[in-house]
Amino acid sequence: MRYLPLTADDRAAMLGVIGAASVDELFADVPGPARLDGPLDLPPHQGEWEVEKAFRALAGRNLSPSEVPSFLGAGAYRHHIPASVDHLIQRSEFLTSYTPYQPEIAQGTLQHLFEFQSQVALLTGMEVANASMYDGATSCAEAVLMAKRQTRRSRAILSGGLHPHYRDCTRTMAGFVDHGVEALPLDLDGSEDLAAHLGKDVACVVVQYPDVLGRVSDLTALAEAVHAAGALLIVAVTEIVALGALQPPGAMGADIVVAEGQSLGVPLSFGGPYVGLFATREKFLRQMPGRLCGETVDADGRRGYVLTLSAREQHIRREKATSNICTNAGLCALAFSIHLSLLGEAGYVRLAQINHGKAVQAAERLAAIPGVTLVNQGFFNEFTLKLPKDAAAVVEALAGKRILAGVPGARLWPENPAAANLLLVAVTELNDDGDVDALVAALAAEVK
Amino acid sequence: MLNRQGRATQPAVAPSTDPAADATFARAAGTILGHRGLDHEERLIFELGEDGRTGVDLPEPPKVESRLGGLARQGGIGLPGLAEPQVVRHFVRLSRRNYAIDLGLYPLGSCTMKHNPRLNEKVARLSGLGDIHPLQPQSTVQGALELIERLAGWIMTLTGMPAVAMSPAAGAHGELCGLMAIHAAHVAKGDARKRVLVPESAHGTNPATAALCGYVVDPVPATADGRIDLEAFRAKLGPDVAAVMLTNPNTCGLFERDVIAVAEGIHSVGGYFYCDGANFNAIVGRVRPGDLGIDAMHLNLHKTFSTPHGGGGPGSGPVVFSDALKDFAPLPFVRREGDAFRLVEDLREAPKSFGRMKGYHGQMGMFIRALAYMMSHGGDGLRQVAEDAVLAANYVMASLKDVMTPSFDGPCMHEALFDDRFLKDTGVTTLDFAKAMIDQGFHPMTMYFPLVVHGALLIEPTETESKDSIDRFVLVLRGLAEQAIACRDGGGDPAAFTEAPRLAPRRRLDETRAARTPVLRWKAPV
Repeated sequence: MRYLPLTADDRAAMLGVIGAASVDELFADVPGPARLDGPLDLPPHQGEWEVEKAFRALAGRNLSPSEVPSFLGAGAYRHHIPASVDHLIQRSEFLTSYTPYQPEIAQGTLQHLFEFQSQVALLTGMEVANASMYDGATSCAEAVLMAKRQTRRSRAILSGGLHPHYRDCTRTMAGFVDHGVEALPLDLDGSEDLAAHLGKDVACVVVQYPDVLGRVSDLTALAEAVHAAGALLIVAVTEIVALGALQPPGAMGADIVVAEGQSLGVPLSFGGPYVGLFATREKFLRQMPGRLCGETVDADGRRGYVLTLSAREQHIRREKATSNICTNAGLCALAFSIHLSLLGEAGYVRLAQINHGKAVQAAERLAAIPGVTLVNQGFFNEFTLKLPKDAAAVVEALAGKRILAGVPGARLWPENPAAANLLLVAVTELNDDGDVDALVAALAAEVK
Repeated sequence: MLNRQGRATQPAVAPSTDPAADATFARAAGTILGHRGLDHEERLIFELGEDGRTGVDLPEPPKVESRLGGLARQGGIGLPGLAEPQVVRHFVRLSRRNYAIDLGLYPLGSCTMKHNPRLNEKVARLSGLGDIHPLQPQSTVQGALELIERLAGWIMTLTGMPAVAMSPAAGAHGELCGLMAIHAAHVAKGDARKRVLVPESAHGTNPATAALCGYVVDPVPATADGRIDLEAFRAKLGPDVAAVMLTNPNTCGLFERDVIAVAEGIHSVGGYFYCDGANFNAIVGRVRPGDLGIDAMHLNLHKTFSTPHGGGGPGSGPVVFSDALKDFAPLPFVRREGDAFRLVEDLREAPKSFGRMKGYHGQMGMFIRALAYMMSHGGDGLRQVAEDAVLAANYVMASLKDVMTPSFDGPCMHEALFDDRFLKDTGVTTLDFAKAMIDQGFHPMTMYFPLVVHGALLIEPTETESKDSIDRFVLVLRGLAEQAIACRDGGGDPAAFTEAPRLAPRRRLDETRAARTPVLRWKAPV
């Protein structure tokens, strides 16, 4: 077996040093009934090309969005990833290192995390950010838990414009014990009044920006109302490229910003692994979940970096920790940082402008199809169409024509008939005019 | 300003460097910029960039009327601008300041730092796997769903368990998944319970997870031989005990001999048995958790099944369930319907499920790598993995037991636990000893964990080390142990330990300063 260096002679010599007659003796503590003596019902080992062939066969049964016009979004976006990103994250020293518990020989990872935290704070307009969470949805759940600790209140109000996966993860992870998560229904007409739900027991209000349908709204007044009621405003961003074009949540009064960082550097990979971003105000630092990297000096006075404020974390605090989280999304955070470093401010802003411009053009053409209406007036790179018929059926029909038209409402709100005709359409820099032509023509034919 | 290719059209402003940083690096290194041969000092990326420069060529944005709802960004962000060669050099230089499994033996106990095969990286990037969207119509991702189902099949066969939840993102997330299913099962019986029993040797995530689920954590002491104290465990059993969380093999590197009695005990009071499968590498192919009476257990795909640790993630933590708990597993999951595969995402189809705990369907990129690893080894190779891992750990134990102090009488499983008795009266602590290993070219073992022994040193060599590699590691540890012991009663050279590391890119860092005056991000100089 190519990954196992020990030879039969090595094994015999090692057993000799141990003083055991066989490897079985080393498993003597395993109770008899639990010992598995026969072979497992699994195929035998395989060489590289045999394994690769099997994966190619599986891959061949999927329709790749890289090869057809694709307008899928709803929290996961297809963007161009510069070639150097994937090269750099595959450097052995990044790929095959552990959590930086020995800072003297992990300055590469630690300095990167410090840069990552700085980048996330800058993009979101917040004061501090952690070293990442699993993904945007779990980041959102952790933010609600944090708000409950910070305010010592029990109820969280989730906007109906929050991505249903974020809503559900938050309900599961932050409402598990006290059922204190109240999710408002999807509102299509923009009449949602979050402030009306505030009360003395409300710890936080969670809104998405732009929301799941792509709508953008000024959160300043909401933030004021939330603060006046003694609660925190949590803002979830599922498309981080949007903040190259839009005011950052921090400038509108957000107390915690959570985001999905996948759009920068991380491939779609059928939904994971992604990278959750988490930023907040400095005064809430001690209640923050997850790892934090901080600057310090070494014994010679040289600048260096360490994991810090770990008194919040499970390996020190055990059952009193702020979260049970142990890993972060290290390598995905690295990809995010490298991609953003390559873009720089000028590139990041331009990328956002391209996304927005292409989305505006596509939205105008799609909304001109008879029977199709645009739900939202304002948006970044994703908008929602209302079709004259069931959107899931339309999406399925267009997939048959090798066009991935978007995400139908029923996929996100299967229980809500009002969402059945909705189609979420995302347009990025990778969609050229030919893609939009194909979608417009196929959609027009399908809804005729 | 940028031209059509996104390149700067004007000379950039003066470089924002940090001369103070250069000066301290230089002073400490005795060189002009602080570099020492191939060891390059590297400033923060924010100190390297210039306004207006970019490393990505982008076309002109389409000319449209903005529909941003009046919320267009005002003012700058503060991101540095660099060209591609600068970015590549920055991150390559950073990478060279990390230890890695590809560089040498990485003996972190309970972390299973084994070789990460590159075939797995290759197949995870195939078009049709790496680039598919999680919300494509399911008819267009049948290969992806089959892949998940196939991995689930391997996991169920290896564990002897009837169900597996694939979505948890990491080990701790898997623990949460297991405990939530247990909670949901009790609630379904109208019998919400209060206490979870957790042995003292448990990883910190265990009590943190139980607390997150609203349980009171009740610690169970260990016996003198490093296992759960069965009598103490039985004495704590009662009708309010929801579950026991037992790591097996445990964090002392020992198999819990009484595991079946623990299962019987917890079941006798109507509780469930959660097993922390972090150390599954020791028993894969040789012991099936399903034969031990376990109700739920997570597997760390980034440990046993070699998905790369990546400097701290991403991980993946599928959870296997017994028949008693499987209906409470989270959404979504893949269901086979004839020749087709379907994702069940709607609670109405799984009314007992405790719900969703992760966006989309789980860590697909990790599933691909883990399945490639399993298929490469096959059933035969995986059994050999456990045998070689256990053999290597016992070999380390046997080779060091005369100079260091093993905490428990052998044999151990996949990791060898020592404590600091051999350092008594030497003035050298476990920390000093670990830091001295760095100067010898090795990453230290896990230190001060588990908490049940004093000054723990936990060594897990894994099955992917050659005998020669382990022998050289042993040679270094023996040498260091002898040097430390020579420091007893004022002899030897204690500074070789207390001032270590001296040869790493950084010497010991001031962690107190980092925590007292937190500097958690770069800020533009004013």
